[in-house]
Amino acid sequence: MKRENTTSSKVFDILNTIILTLIAIVCILPIWYTLCVSLSNKSAAAAGIVRLWPVGLNFNSYKEIMGDWKFFNSFWISIKRVVLGASLNFIVTVLMAYPLSKSPKEFPLRNLFMWLLIFCMLFNGGLVPWYQTVRSLGLIDNIWALVLGNSVPMFNVILVMNYFRNLPKEIEEAAEIDGASPWYILFKIYIPLSVPVLATVTLFSIVYHWNEFFNGLILMTRAEHYPLQTYIQQMVVVINTAGMSEEQIKELSKLSNRTLNAAKIFIAMIPILVIYPYLQRYFIHGITLGSLKE
Amino acid sequence: MKSKEVVKHYYLMLLPGYIWLFIFSIIPMFGIVIAFEDYNPIQGIFHSQWIGLDNFKFMFSLSDSRIILFNTIFISILKIAGNLITALIFALLLNELPFIKLKKWIQTVVYLPHFLSWVILAGILLDIFAYDGPINQILFSFGNKPILFFARPDLFPYLVVGSDVWKEFGYSAIIYLAALTGIDPSLYEASAIDGATRFQRLRYITIPGIKSTILLITVLSLGNVLNAGFDQIFNLYNPLVYSTGDIIDTWVYRTGLLSMQYGLATAVGLLKSVVGFILITLSYFLAYKFTDYRIF
Repeated sequence: MKRENTTSSKVFDILNTIILTLIAIVCILPIWYTLCVSLSNKSAAAAGIVRLWPVGLNFNSYKEIMGDWKFFNSFWISIKRVVLGASLNFIVTVLMAYPLSKSPKEFPLRNLFMWLLIFCMLFNGGLVPWYQTVRSLGLIDNIWALVLGNSVPMFNVILVMNYFRNLPKEIEEAAEIDGASPWYILFKIYIPLSVPVLATVTLFSIVYHWNEFFNGLILMTRAEHYPLQTYIQQMVVVINTAGMSEEQIKELSKLSNRTLNAAKIFIAMIPILVIYPYLQRYFIHGITLGSLKE
Repeated sequence: MKSKEVVKHYYLMLLPGYIWLFIFSIIPMFGIVIAFEDYNPIQGIFHSQWIGLDNFKFMFSLSDSRIILFNTIFISILKIAGNLITALIFALLLNELPFIKLKKWIQTVVYLPHFLSWVILAGILLDIFAYDGPINQILFSFGNKPILFFARPDLFPYLVVGSDVWKEFGYSAIIYLAALTGIDPSLYEASAIDGATRFQRLRYITIPGIKSTILLITVLSLGNVLNAGFDQIFNLYNPLVYSTGDIIDTWVYRTGLLSMQYGLATAVGLLKSVVGFILITLSYFLAYKFTDYRIF
């Protein structure tokens, strides 16, 4: 594209660059601030004088967490949940997406199964019946409640299905002539050809299972079963202010252990920050390809 | 038509997924009979007393109902509008940026908050907006009195909307950025030969070029008008701001799982599900009609 060379155009370019840089800074600043608080000394943080650089740099809060058995227990539960949840999501997603990617001519009941899935995606029984179902299955305080609780990852199934549909039909036809079974076609042909979309949905599953806190809160009755996000929600975020006056809340905020809380929050962010470069590589592709057909 | 043998394998592949779907999505749907019962967990669904529409009648008689419905719609409409406008302006500005490397950096940074949980972000926000937090320190240095932000019902909805826009605008902008790259470059070249200014190009080429995307996103987001963001509000609110911050989902949680008024909470949840279902179906239908969009 040719660019104009007028003065007003140049002024715009400069202003635009400044504005966009500021916007980007605003997005990252709260995360940076949290890191700074976690590395500051306790009294500076309590007095609220930490700004954009640690005051009295030290690693005491991280050392303190190292000895916190409950924190690591919850961290470990979250890791287990992510591994189990993401693998299960992956297997079920590809197994569902492949038959559903067939046309009703090839697979007569395809549309019926598809509508059932769409209906479950758009309508649900609500919180209480769902909770009672999980309870009556005896899954309270069981990690499988966290892995299975939110049902099939329906959005992922639809993304992968759309991707499978866009693969050239000739490949499958050729394989069938050679006598390949549907399982062989799915695992040896379709899956290797669909790495971008499979990476996208797997990263979505990982992020979902790492970030989810509510099921952990209501389906786990004991703190030693909490996943990390629920642990943080209970230890750091919830201040039970019921029946308190504004004055009492102010007092309470002075008592909270800022550096330790900031360190816990920062550690809980690390896995997301680690997989973020991979996430970023795929998700743009992932969310735009969901709207494609044919 | 594939051979019967092949179709049999298709069923086999679908089996685990549909069993999972049946247990955790379909069985709970039968649980909506709780909405018509004076439900008691000990007696169970089959033996609790049937009370017809009493839960619904009671719901409409509650003064809370109107407030909660208003809060839900108010917050979600502000979020939809705020996200739409901010994401659009951001995408248009970014599209004008001549430095490719800086562009990549900015994109990387603004997408990040979308992937962090509301638990994490609420922890950060509550600290930043705390009574002795940095925002109040800055206000104080300008001679203002500190404000207890998250205890102020008049400010709460706007803090919620503002922080949601902050978290999501980058991610929402992706779809516009994708649409912008789809505009035919020869249109810009032709306009440059005709001597169009940058603003004219924006007005007559860029905006018309992504109009259908804007329409699509608006229509689709209207289907979510009853979802004001449970995770966010649940982690940010407290009893002092219930009057402006309590939404349907948070109310259902407190009523159903904390106060154990199962029938009432199920009734409210059911009404929300039904209306939400109609709204989403309608929005998909409109999206299909106007922009030929299909999800499958």
